[in-house]
Amino acid sequence: MGILEVKNVGKRFGGLQALGDVNLSVAENSVHAIIGPNGAGKSTLLNCLVGKLIPDTGSVMFDGQSVLGRKPFEINQMGISRVFQTPEIFGDLSVLENMLIPCFAKRDGAFHLSAFKNMLDDKEIIDRAQHMLEEMKMADKHGMNAASLSRGDKRRLEIGMCLSQEPRLLLLDEPTAGMARADTNNTIDLLKQISDERDITIAIIEHDMHVVFSLAERITVLAQGTPLVEDTPDNIKGHPKVREAYLGETQDAA
Amino acid sequence: MLKLNKRDTMLFVIVTAMVFLAPFLLNPFPQGSSMAQMFNAGYPDLMQRFVIFGILVIGFNILFGLTGYLSFGHAAFLGIGSYSAVWMFKLLSMNIIPALILSMIVAGIFSLVIGYVSLRRSGIYFSILTLAFAQMSYNLAYSVLGNPSSNYNLTNGETGLQLALNDPRVLDGAAAANGALPVTKLFGLAMRDSYNLNVGGWLFTFNVGYYVAGILMLISFYISIRIFRSPFGMMLRAVKSNQQRMNYTGLNTKPYTLAAFVISGMYAGLAGGLLSSMDPLAGAERMHWTASGEIVIMAILGGVGTLIGPIVGAGFNEYFKNILSKINDGVLHQWLSFLPDGLENFIVGILHYFVGKGWHLTLGLLFMMVIIFLPGGLVEGGQRLAKMFKRKKTDDGSDSNNTPAE
Amino acid sequence: MDQILLQILNGLDKGSAYALIALGLTLIFGTLGVVNFAHGALFMIGAFCAVTLQRILNISTVTTDPTKTDFLGNPATIKTPVVETWFGPEMGASIIDWSVPLAILFAIPIMAAVGFIMERGLIKHFYKRPHADQILVTFGLAIVLQEVIKAFYGANPIPTPAPEAFRGSFDFGTYLGYEANAIIYPYWRMVYFAFSAVIIAAVFAFLQFTTFGMVVRAGMADRETVGLLGINIDKRFTIMFAIAACVAGLAGVMYAPINSPNYHMGMDFLVLSFVVVVVGGMGSLPGAVLAGFMLGILEAFASMNQVKAIFPGIDQIIIYLVAIIIILTRPRGLMGRRGVMEE
Repeated sequence: MGILEVKNVGKRFGGLQALGDVNLSVAENSVHAIIGPNGAGKSTLLNCLVGKLIPDTGSVMFDGQSVLGRKPFEINQMGISRVFQTPEIFGDLSVLENMLIPCFAKRDGAFHLSAFKNMLDDKEIIDRAQHMLEEMKMADKHGMNAASLSRGDKRRLEIGMCLSQEPRLLLLDEPTAGMARADTNNTIDLLKQISDERDITIAIIEHDMHVVFSLAERITVLAQGTPLVEDTPDNIKGHPKVREAYLGETQDAA
Repeated sequence: MLKLNKRDTMLFVIVTAMVFLAPFLLNPFPQGSSMAQMFNAGYPDLMQRFVIFGILVIGFNILFGLTGYLSFGHAAFLGIGSYSAVWMFKLLSMNIIPALILSMIVAGIFSLVIGYVSLRRSGIYFSILTLAFAQMSYNLAYSVLGNPSSNYNLTNGETGLQLALNDPRVLDGAAAANGALPVTKLFGLAMRDSYNLNVGGWLFTFNVGYYVAGILMLISFYISIRIFRSPFGMMLRAVKSNQQRMNYTGLNTKPYTLAAFVISGMYAGLAGGLLSSMDPLAGAERMHWTASGEIVIMAILGGVGTLIGPIVGAGFNEYFKNILSKINDGVLHQWLSFLPDGLENFIVGILHYFVGKGWHLTLGLLFMMVIIFLPGGLVEGGQRLAKMFKRKKTDDGSDSNNTPAE
Repeated sequence: MDQILLQILNGLDKGSAYALIALGLTLIFGTLGVVNFAHGALFMIGAFCAVTLQRILNISTVTTDPTKTDFLGNPATIKTPVVETWFGPEMGASIIDWSVPLAILFAIPIMAAVGFIMERGLIKHFYKRPHADQILVTFGLAIVLQEVIKAFYGANPIPTPAPEAFRGSFDFGTYLGYEANAIIYPYWRMVYFAFSAVIIAAVFAFLQFTTFGMVVRAGMADRETVGLLGINIDKRFTIMFAIAACVAGLAGVMYAPINSPNYHMGMDFLVLSFVVVVVGGMGSLPGAVLAGFMLGILEAFASMNQVKAIFPGIDQIIIYLVAIIIILTRPRGLMGRRGVMEE
């Protein structure tokens, strides 16, 4: 029994069957990658997991509870955090404030009216945010406007924001898309470190095979809305079906 | 002090000093001089408007400045507050305290309902929803609810809701025995009472109503500073910045925005109640959508999302409205008399359209200029100027502790 | 039955005005992505084109007639409009009489120029700014325009009569077998309805059957792709803005006899027109037209005494009520495309 159980999930947009009959089980504390060619339904699947879309059929269970019909913020409060393809951060706010928000969300819940407390007096939260910034090696940038960070730093900040919530499942949507090689490698190292040091499950959707094979313990290959195979990276590498699905896209997909 | 940081304390102290010294500051010219006629603004009616509209815009700024939700119907809450207060004067007592409390409660209830519905949409749809609700309120106040012959005449339509001798006034009905309409008061202090101070050629007026409204504005301002610096305020800014990230950070944006909407609606209700407390007459025109537009204009002129901006914007708007509408052709000729006659007449002929009754035009142009060139409003303009001077003086440009939201 | 017919007819002229303004608003929003709060002002400027032409045509040469005296004993002055001296008294008089329809020709170049200047001078710079900024700057512009008009024409409504021939009313009912005077409808309102139908048809035909229109429609659907095809979409959009300004202006010209132009008529119509656009669906041209007529007729029905007796004041709020319900239940409006401004 994995921490995330996807059973018979299907989703149709008009005449397009985006997801056929997806079954997926993500084991606790593992790194599980979902790969597949363009249009395979990876993003649709992810959106079904986080409450942005509601599947037409099937069930999605997280830690024994159904996530279907819940809003994104409720699912997040259950312990699922999501990292976006282009970093979604609070561009108008400072780096420290970016980190404070998830800390407040973790401690105070989805809504907490504390209009008369001075934010900076809340030692517990401030410490936690600063600690997280140090862990992300961004403590020196705490006063900067988040929009002015470099692309790599924005990614680190976003991951840090998600981690500060101490999620049980971290979902990453092509976290290295559009990144230079050096930044990509930094991100891989960061994710490895996170996976080693924490009790956390990571599910990652990725195009870049380099990233997938450096990180994943298990891989699900999605093609045309249905899972093709699920196996360990070594077995996936040589799998004929996978090669077929990608039509040689495998090695140069950066 | 007061649980504010150093900068905010400074700001608050300065604003407090200005509010208390306004009768001096706004009357820099001796009584009777031509400059006084034009530029003195230290008379009760205008000073009251400064602080009351200050409250209104401070509240609007909590919604628009922090969350970015542009309400085009805030004047409805102002009007609702005004009517509530007048009803309190008619039914209960001429003391302004129950009137103000009722104004805030009623405006709060209305904003809760309107906000709950309107906030289901964002962007331009939100603006249009608030606009639709406000126009509905205005139309109802003007027609059905204002028809003297109908059973539910709450607003008295075009004439406006006003006091009458035969109002019940349960708590202090006896006071009106002398046949004159009673006056609004705070316990023993009548709002319209003033103390005049003559110093040399100067006349300074200290009006009770102004100080009551001024103190309420300071309280409102203080609360707004606290909100800006609170986790709640940060969440509101986060809503403006990235709602998507909010949702995926486990935060429910709806109650945050609704709370901001209700708070700003209650500010508007308080402002409306104060308008009625100064002059117990409430009319529907206060609720028209162009009145809502004027609130937006004041907020933008001052600087949206800044602490001091709303006060600057409201003050600027009211002050220039006052001055511009007083300038007429005669005054212009007097000012430009040093020019050759032909040129003088030509310039006066042009300026004629921008002053006096044409003050709307000038403010409209100014508003456009601010949006086009100075999206941060006058506060940003001031900061830019200050920076320029600083740079000239020190020439190192290292003012890194320049936090936003001055 | 006759009551129902009457209300439909009553709704048509207001509906026509809503439809025309909303059509222009939608053209601008669909092509440029700009929320134009100054569109009501364009309607108002159109109405004042009619006023202006009427005044121009009435420019007179003043002569004194020494044989007659007025009641003060001064020689009587005779004003002879210049057009009457040019074209002869009869022709001149009928030109003056027909000043409102003539103002259409007068208004087209003026409105096109106003639209062109507005787009190039101001709106262009706001394409990339948030909708809130667009609303605010065009709201500012609307104030400025209305104040300029007020400065030149004063604050009072200026009666601008329709041609003599259209001033009467038409007894509709007798044709349909009802009693005399059961359904009376002013001729000019019929003209207005027919006129707006023609304009609406012309705009749709233009978009449907010309290459220019095709490109614009393509641009409304997907601006970036059209831009990538190497088509200068900006230039066409400028022209579309001018056309939208003309549509609003012509709606104003012909509305002048129905409602004497005043400087704030633009603001009065603006809010309702926006509501119409939202109900029809942001960016949907047929939606704007449909919603315009629908809401006009609905408003007419709501102002019937029988209805008001049940729901007092319903005539004042019906349009807003409909809009609120539509926005909440079907944010893309009656005919809006899925996904356009839906959140």
